[in-house]
Amino acid sequence: MVVVARSGSKRTVAAVDAAAFKAGVRVGMPAAKAQAMISGLHLVDADPGGDALAVERLALWMLRQYTPVVAIDSPDGIVMDTEGADHLRGGELPMLTGLVNALRGRGLQARGAIADTWGSAHAIARATRREVIIVPVGETAKAVVNLPISSLRLSPDIVSGLAVLGFRTVGELSATPRAPLTLRFGPEVGRRLDQMFGRLAEPIDPIRTADLIEVIRSFSEPIGAAETIAKYIGKLVVELCAALETRGQGVRRADLIVYRVDNTLQSLRAGTAKPVRDVQRLTKLLCSSIENIDPGFGIEKLSLAATMIEPFEEKQSISSLVEEMIVDVTPLLDSFGNRGQRMYRLAPVESDVPERNVGRVSPIAAKLGQAWPTRWPRPSRMLARPERIEVIALTPDHPPASMTWRGKRRRIKRGDGPERVFGEWWVRSSEMEAVRDYYSVEDEDGNRFWVYRSGDGVDPATGTAKWFLHGIYG
Amino acid sequence: MPITAANPVISELQDRIRRLEGGTARKGEVLSFGIAEIDAKLPGGGLACGALHEVAGGGADAVHGAAAALFVAGIVARTKGDVLWCLTRPDLFAPALAQAGLHHDRVIYVETDREEDVLTNFEEGLRFGGLGAVVAELVRLPMTASRRLQLAAEASGTIGIALRRWRRPTEAADFGQPTAATTRWRISVLPSEPLPVPGIGRARWLAELIRARAGEAAEFEIGACDATGRISLSPHARDGQDQARRSWNLG
Repeated sequence: MVVVARSGSKRTVAAVDAAAFKAGVRVGMPAAKAQAMISGLHLVDADPGGDALAVERLALWMLRQYTPVVAIDSPDGIVMDTEGADHLRGGELPMLTGLVNALRGRGLQARGAIADTWGSAHAIARATRREVIIVPVGETAKAVVNLPISSLRLSPDIVSGLAVLGFRTVGELSATPRAPLTLRFGPEVGRRLDQMFGRLAEPIDPIRTADLIEVIRSFSEPIGAAETIAKYIGKLVVELCAALETRGQGVRRADLIVYRVDNTLQSLRAGTAKPVRDVQRLTKLLCSSIENIDPGFGIEKLSLAATMIEPFEEKQSISSLVEEMIVDVTPLLDSFGNRGQRMYRLAPVESDVPERNVGRVSPIAAKLGQAWPTRWPRPSRMLARPERIEVIALTPDHPPASMTWRGKRRRIKRGDGPERVFGEWWVRSSEMEAVRDYYSVEDEDGNRFWVYRSGDGVDPATGTAKWFLHGIYG
Repeated sequence: MPITAANPVISELQDRIRRLEGGTARKGEVLSFGIAEIDAKLPGGGLACGALHEVAGGGADAVHGAAAALFVAGIVARTKGDVLWCLTRPDLFAPALAQAGLHHDRVIYVETDREEDVLTNFEEGLRFGGLGAVVAELVRLPMTASRRLQLAAEASGTIGIALRRWRRPTEAADFGQPTAATTRWRISVLPSEPLPVPGIGRARWLAELIRARAGEAAEFEIGACDATGRISLSPHARDGQDQARRSWNLG
């Protein structure tokens, strides 16, 4: 299947699917040629308007989910300024992988790149085969040298003109004297090169929807001191909360965009676990990352937007003399989350295999009544990976008489077991017959360990009969 | 403070000092162990609530902190409200904490990569004031940091427990350095209670109270936490100094 674009009377291939690509159809080929190559080729007319709408919808979704500054990189891309927002997603790599995976889950094939400048990220995302690529700060020049000149966001005429002159890569072009190029192709080539290498600022104009709640404050004199910024953040938050109150909404993501006098912008995002409309709490959250704002030559405009809102109901707190106060810890969790810490509760998982027995859940997840079985003593510390030990033990079901762990031999005085754990074939087919026999053992000094033998000690199909130390009792 | 309490002059002086220090409303609230012998050694009759306490493992447990973690879990299980547990090495096994009476719904873990972040989270948790207890697994606890933590705990009335854990047994000498903590405990494992049949009985610990502000050092042989987080004095050694009994147990 191919998508055919029309320009005047020319019909060219705009996009191909995997099967057509295999048969030799390429983007930019005349439609008639493609039809001649494959019989029964399914042609679909391109719908640029629909595509643009879909990309815009996607961009708005990303604005809510990922970062405050999102713009459409037409015709087929979306550009985001992720600085100051990636920490809410656990860092750059988890954020980008998560984004590409989320898009794949919706049936979209996407490629993502994070780089210092819009130009280089644009080029790298389109030129590489990898789905996700992150260029470390300051290594843009090295990363883009070998990219084709078609990734420079120049018009097709200029690209073909440069190709005629023998230019193939960005590196060759940037090493050429600028004046003759400008004379022949105009200032566009130099501008795009400078934008790619970060010598020329290229601010991203964030998209906004009509119903987005945003409060803006412009300054006649640029501001720069941290106290001043904090003061105006406080004023903006008051306005924002008033606007939210009229709609009965609370904020889940608040974005502060800082416009500097040199036409660059910076953004901060504060996320909350539950909808919030508390002036003090929001101010505190936003002000906690104030040291990340670099005012440069001064700030001329501050804008605060509630990009993600949820219905928020005021509740009357129960006042009683005897009832115990249940303290809401979400303000504390929000503060941790905005500093990029990992927070979780550990909850029981239905599994007998100890390492699968514990699952991480969100700290604000609903509390479940489940509990672990309490009849078997469990060690308080578990090794990340069971460690091999040498033991002397009577087969098939006696606890070890002595064990050597980390080069130290211990005589075992007491032991309990075995507790047999069967493999879970529904998780991994290789565990079909696997068995572990767990023993609690105590050495002469009172150190207690949780050890296991792989296999039941009789049938070699159930395990290797090697011994491992898995946990340490308190 | 059984000795000092008898003297009215000294107790009056202590009250005055407490007032001068600017004590809060919750000051003086304590979390008792429920064992007269241990509580008698602690000023106020238990672990002070708005204060920082230090717990470390002894011997090999200085690295693993397995017994120390359970001892701490038993203490915080008896507080009310959520518990914040700050750590860098996520090797705690939650079922064991649940067996010590600390229900999994009550614990929020905050995992970080850097030791400094643990200190920051610890302090923020203490300052927040709405938590039952805050626990942090720390390698280093400098004097300045511990004083900040102690002040934060005093201001909010939340009990803070620094669970000291080292990477190598030799580094455990660091536990001799002074800190601003109110009490300091070292928990070492002892052979478990003997059973009439083969098997492992209730775990026993040697709990050394190395330092207690306005109190005396002491050591106790205790039985590990039960399902409600309570420890018990070991039936074989009522008196913590009874070395003869201990050696009998070992034999």
